[in-house]
Amino acid sequence: MSGISRRRFLAASLAGCAATTLCGTQKALAAGSFTGYPEGMGVLVDMTRCIGCRSCEAACNREQNLPAPAKPFDDLSVFDETFHGGTQKRRPDENAYTVVNRYEPPGGKPVYRKVQCNHCNEPACLSSCFVNAYTKTQEGAVVYNSKICVGCRNCMIACPFNIPGYSYSSAFDPVVKKCIFCHETRLKNGRPPACVEICPQQALTFGKRRELIKIAHQRIHNEPGRYVDHLYGEKELGGTSWMYLSSAPFEQVGFDVAVQNEPIIANVKDFLSTVPMVLAIWPAMFTGFHLLAKRRGGHGHDDDHGGDHAASHGEEGGQS
Amino acid sequence: MKSMIKQGVQPVVSHCRDEGDGRRPWSLLDKVLLGLTPRQYLEQAIRNPFNWILGAIFAVGLPLIAYRFLFGLSAVTHSSYDYPWGLFLAFGLFAMVPLSASGFMLGTTVEIFGRHDFAPIERLALLNGLLGYLFAVIYLLVDLGQPWRLPYPMVVAFGPAAVLFLVAWHVATYLSVQVAEVSVSFFEFMGWAGGKRFIRRIAVGLTVAGIILSTLHQGALGALFTYAPGKVHPLWYSAAFQWIHFFCSAIPGGLCMVIAVSTVVKKTMAWRCDGTFLDNLDRCTIGLAKGASMGLVTYLTIKLIGVAHDNEWVYLTTGWGAWFLFELAVGVVLPLALFAWAIHHQRVGLVRLAAFITIFGVVLNRINTALIAFNWQLYREIPHIFEVLICLTIFAIYVVVYRFILYRLPILFTWKAVESEVPEAVAETVRPVRAGGSVPAASAVYRAID
Repeated sequence: MSGISRRRFLAASLAGCAATTLCGTQKALAAGSFTGYPEGMGVLVDMTRCIGCRSCEAACNREQNLPAPAKPFDDLSVFDETFHGGTQKRRPDENAYTVVNRYEPPGGKPVYRKVQCNHCNEPACLSSCFVNAYTKTQEGAVVYNSKICVGCRNCMIACPFNIPGYSYSSAFDPVVKKCIFCHETRLKNGRPPACVEICPQQALTFGKRRELIKIAHQRIHNEPGRYVDHLYGEKELGGTSWMYLSSAPFEQVGFDVAVQNEPIIANVKDFLSTVPMVLAIWPAMFTGFHLLAKRRGGHGHDDDHGGDHAASHGEEGGQS
Repeated sequence: MKSMIKQGVQPVVSHCRDEGDGRRPWSLLDKVLLGLTPRQYLEQAIRNPFNWILGAIFAVGLPLIAYRFLFGLSAVTHSSYDYPWGLFLAFGLFAMVPLSASGFMLGTTVEIFGRHDFAPIERLALLNGLLGYLFAVIYLLVDLGQPWRLPYPMVVAFGPAAVLFLVAWHVATYLSVQVAEVSVSFFEFMGWAGGKRFIRRIAVGLTVAGIILSTLHQGALGALFTYAPGKVHPLWYSAAFQWIHFFCSAIPGGLCMVIAVSTVVKKTMAWRCDGTFLDNLDRCTIGLAKGASMGLVTYLTIKLIGVAHDNEWVYLTTGWGAWFLFELAVGVVLPLALFAWAIHHQRVGLVRLAAFITIFGVVLNRINTALIAFNWQLYREIPHIFEVLICLTIFAIYVVVYRFILYRLPILFTWKAVESEVPEAVAETVRPVRAGGSVPAASAVYRAID
């Protein structure tokens, strides 16, 4: 074998090693599962207590300096609004980080569900972001850095709760808009978010996530007739900081009960693990194919492959 | 151009005019104008009715693109929160990229496996790959909220655990690799022998890099959808196999795109093709079709394995199932049958038809995954008319750039060596002649200019 091939082989091996090392970090970040910061905060939403007054929406709007809505916050006709041929209720968007929707489960009184970012322990938005614009803070919030966001909107694709909104109307500085748990103004200083503080019904309980889980199960235990025996968000998608208690089955009040219990990143790990393998194995494999496909000159191994002979001999002639 | 040739104009194929008056070199302007005078060039451009169609598209589309950048995405799309990825990405990125797999496929065939009988179509395949990727990135730039931040994942902030991070890096590096691969033609056109020699020396390295990067990012585009398990319909979703489904369907997609483009080229710009290309085209087409058939049959198998693996048979009886079966029947099984029959009977015309159907199948699959079967439990999003028009406009720009390059660079024809290059070329040709008596004329000529 000629010196060129050896040098090429070494170069390829080196490149492969470098690539593997590089991807080692990727793997490390992707591997293992994270179940949330031990001291992370959360909110327990008790839908049996919510009366649909929308004061949380108003408080959020004020706290986050969002534009005034088309209908005032004391207008309850918004509960009758539907979109896309009557199939969709209101959802959080660039102008509202939280909305309350009304559901009428069969044979019961109306149930009001507050929708906002659930602040997952292992957020899909965070793991799908290619510039790491999202951070799960120690306090439990999932916050977003608009300074580095490219605007690919993969987080909106990935979010299993369809939470992030995007300021499409801005031509020069469009950014993702979503609930940030009032991280900058309140949570960082140990204060509950604006929506929790204003709730007149104590439907929202602010506390350490692990305490809230205990409280929730205690409530179910104490009043089994009042609650469905499930704490939505305890296990769903790896666990969320915001969790829900309901009187009606969750699928009747707008929740996706088909979601997996593993965080979204679990779906992607398999693919991510193949990446370093491809980077490491392909160079040698295909360089090997190339060497095998080249015939040694003058051995007379002419078989029935027709026209390509002469040309491949030519290729070899150039190198040996 | 055809009528110009009838009038005795010779399109540029070398550095010097082939006239009696002693080899006057073409200037760069002459080369760009195909050896015509500016007046002649303009005349032939205006005479071509296709240019009028393009002009009409641009008259509407270019202002729309400007409108989008001045007034934001909401000006030209429905600005959906539920469908953050619209037609720009569903068609422009997810469908264009598999159709551009041709570059690494033919690169592998010729450079790695040494099948130089496919060399006459290799350059077209490489160019098709380069332009497909380039325009996928252009579609992406139109879609990104802040396109000027596109280099951020490379230099400012890294999210290495994200699939899109891989896509960004691989598409960027692969674009560079493809520029290098296609630059051989450009160096010939400019007469820079040194650059060409350098690329030839690293050709195997480039090709292997191309295979790695293609495997990973074709797959990664599929893996992007594994972020949305509840949103993509189960029949189009496969946590375990999504990336292989995308990679595998890119193989027939890329090969058939070369067949399709070469068909268009043969019909519309035969004057620009030389004998080597035209004489070998039918044989190469059949060869590509064989490759595409293998890709298709594998794809069909693993799609069905995907359904079986997640036990999704029950969905096949629903409306979504019918649509899924339609996609497979028309986009995969039909071309497969046509290929089988046409290859057996050496019916090149039918092979070409089947190639167009395969392309339709691949594009339909990507649009289904990204748009139609996405949010299957919510509602269907019909793209804004402006979004459709911008997609069409960018595709028209793609066609114009494609044609511009094919007219000029030696992709479809062989650049004729002048004296200064001849000794070198001869030195390279001597050995193949020694190697076998059965040198096919076409590949020998091709090697000579290599």
